[in-house]
Amino acid sequence: MGATEMVRETARKVGAGFTTPLLPDDYLSLLNPLWTARELRGRVEKVIPETEDAATLVIRPGWGWRYDHRPGQYVGIGVQVRGKFHWRSYSVSSPPKRSGRTIAITVRAMPEGFLSSHLVSGLQPGTIVRLALPNGDFVLPEPPPAKLLFLVGGSGITPVMAILRTLDRRGTLPDVVLAYSSPTPERMIFGAELRELATRHPTLHLHEQHTDTHGMLAMADLDRVCPDWRQRETWACGPAPMLDAIEEHWHDAGLTERLHLERFNPVLGGETAEGGTITFINSGKTCQADGATTVLEAGEQAGVGMPYGCRMGICHTCTLTLVQGTVRDLRNGNEFSGPNEPVQTCVTAAAGDCTLDI
Amino acid sequence: MAIADVKEYAHLTEEEVAELGRELDQIRVEIEESRGDADAAYINRLITVQRTLAAAGRVTLFASRWKPAFFAGAGLLAVAKILENMEIGHNVMHGQWDWMNDPEIHSSNWEWDTAQPAEQWKHSHNYIHHQFTNVLGYDNDIGYGILRMAREQKWHPANLGQPVYNALLATLFQWGVALHDLDIEAIRKREKDPKVMKKQLRQIWRKVRRQVGKDYVFFPALTGPAFVQTAAANALANLTRNLWSYMIIFCGHFPDGALHFTEEEIEDETRSEWYLRQVLGAANFTGGPLLHIMSGNLGYQIEHHLFPDLPSNRYGQISERVRPLCEKYGIPYTTGPLHRQYGQALRTILKLSLPNRFTTSDRRDGPHSPEIPRGRRADDERPVRRTETGGWTSRATA
Repeated sequence: MGATEMVRETARKVGAGFTTPLLPDDYLSLLNPLWTARELRGRVEKVIPETEDAATLVIRPGWGWRYDHRPGQYVGIGVQVRGKFHWRSYSVSSPPKRSGRTIAITVRAMPEGFLSSHLVSGLQPGTIVRLALPNGDFVLPEPPPAKLLFLVGGSGITPVMAILRTLDRRGTLPDVVLAYSSPTPERMIFGAELRELATRHPTLHLHEQHTDTHGMLAMADLDRVCPDWRQRETWACGPAPMLDAIEEHWHDAGLTERLHLERFNPVLGGETAEGGTITFINSGKTCQADGATTVLEAGEQAGVGMPYGCRMGICHTCTLTLVQGTVRDLRNGNEFSGPNEPVQTCVTAAAGDCTLDI
Repeated sequence: MAIADVKEYAHLTEEEVAELGRELDQIRVEIEESRGDADAAYINRLITVQRTLAAAGRVTLFASRWKPAFFAGAGLLAVAKILENMEIGHNVMHGQWDWMNDPEIHSSNWEWDTAQPAEQWKHSHNYIHHQFTNVLGYDNDIGYGILRMAREQKWHPANLGQPVYNALLATLFQWGVALHDLDIEAIRKREKDPKVMKKQLRQIWRKVRRQVGKDYVFFPALTGPAFVQTAAANALANLTRNLWSYMIIFCGHFPDGALHFTEEEIEDETRSEWYLRQVLGAANFTGGPLLHIMSGNLGYQIEHHLFPDLPSNRYGQISERVRPLCEKYGIPYTTGPLHRQYGQALRTILKLSLPNRFTTSDRRDGPHSPEIPRGRRADDERPVRRTETGGWTSRATA
């Protein structure tokens, strides 16, 4: 904790004596909506169109934000649509900066994703959004490996862009192959910037795969696009079928350890729990849940009015109190046991019978 | 006098009651589906106004040695406290705004500007009062364990003091509410679980210390030479809020038209019968938009009891559909001007300070039923909670 942060925390505690049961933040945010650390906020400063269906949002975070994100990580963003907050996660496309104090995320409007469409075309500069701190392990080790391969599809470019911009700014761009699949040249987010980067850095090899004309990048073509792929640490980000194919290919080559994946819709770690009977004490409802069904899904199926937010373990909107029993975090296998243990229902499943306070 | 069967009392068949239930469910669905930007803007704007008024009141009191500033500051603060307790706190804690998914305006963590801890309020109010509304022996809000408000409640010579207790309750309302969930009578009879009691007392003590510290130590000290005047103005604001909220709340279930029920009614009570009991057990009052906002929209007590977790700004609109529905089924819909509703409540308080034989009943609830035993029922003697009354957690009671 920095010195300013300590001063701020002390001031907050003293101030709370005056503002109880609220926090000083609740009054200060009347003056400036960013002057509160109760829930992290940001103001949309600019909406920069990237392609016809993608845009970069430049966001100025409010109090409580930590600018120490690592390139490749994602942040949660909560936007109020028709009165209700909806949460999604997007990779930060801007490199970490000590000054400037903004972050950028790049969003592509998905045909079925009403929130992504809203972010790309419905968000006015000046809008206040909620934020969740950076997370994710789609990051380069320090120092970066000497030889890298990025396999990217569509808006999967965003975390890779943050990584490349950081390497470029530091002037330490190693031997990088970037295979970037996109339907057409026009729909390539950051296309111009990448081409410019490739002309400036002889060590950056850009392979553009325009899938409308050339089809998908088949794993059989990999030996042609990047003959030494087996010697490279590989990071892949894109649609699920693409990642599945890559995962299988690396597995068959016995190189799983050299592959790093970022999935847009995270398959929750692959952990499972034993399952069991979940009891929701206040509503008196119970249900049987298997070990792959999250407590949130089980509760919704049982007709309990479960609170939820991002549904990916970021925003804590779904947190409930575990009264009894044990649940397991499907992302990492961590176990939580009652009584009175707050658990994130969207990423945990029953490990035996358990009781929740709702 | 109390009702043992709402269907029989309302002269409705089982099918008619079920149909009424379906029509009310339909209103709920339509309101839930139409919640949106305008509702979110309403509660956010209200919170902004309330906090601005509170801040303005606190600032004004720096000049509280000057009489007009004293009264202006106390007035601003009183309005802020009334809005916070009634239209914001009470309604947020019912879960009326949980649908927004905003952790800053959510029933699970809202704490309000009064002595009672939110956790205990959600138990005593959302569950005990809203689910068992006006059921003798189950709803602890029938007289709050202080006043005798039903002829079935056994008379005791101590009831002769009711006019005085009533005045004290009105004046010290927030402290009465603060102790409500503790169940003083159970403590006196040594029936209360000492572990739960200690936990609740600790919660109350922590809350009271902060509340008192704010109004009677920190802000007065901040205004320096105006210490005494600021503390007095804060006390005046709290008193005003006490009197106002006491009066509004006494108009909800104590006017003559709000009926009582016996425990036979809640045996195997269907959802539709529960609806019907809520209409028969609650009383509205009439007034303009400002009065409704200042009373937390509890002038629509009937609508609030039917749909405790729908946003309060919609109750007026809901009443335009509930009232014709009541006419259609021939169900009494109690309403009247504020002074008349409160007048009836006051008359009952005075009358019931005497044994039954000296007075006549003003209610038309049904045949006289036997006297109910004193004391409250524990949670494990009660049916499980209905979700729509709003949440509470075991933090308050176990």
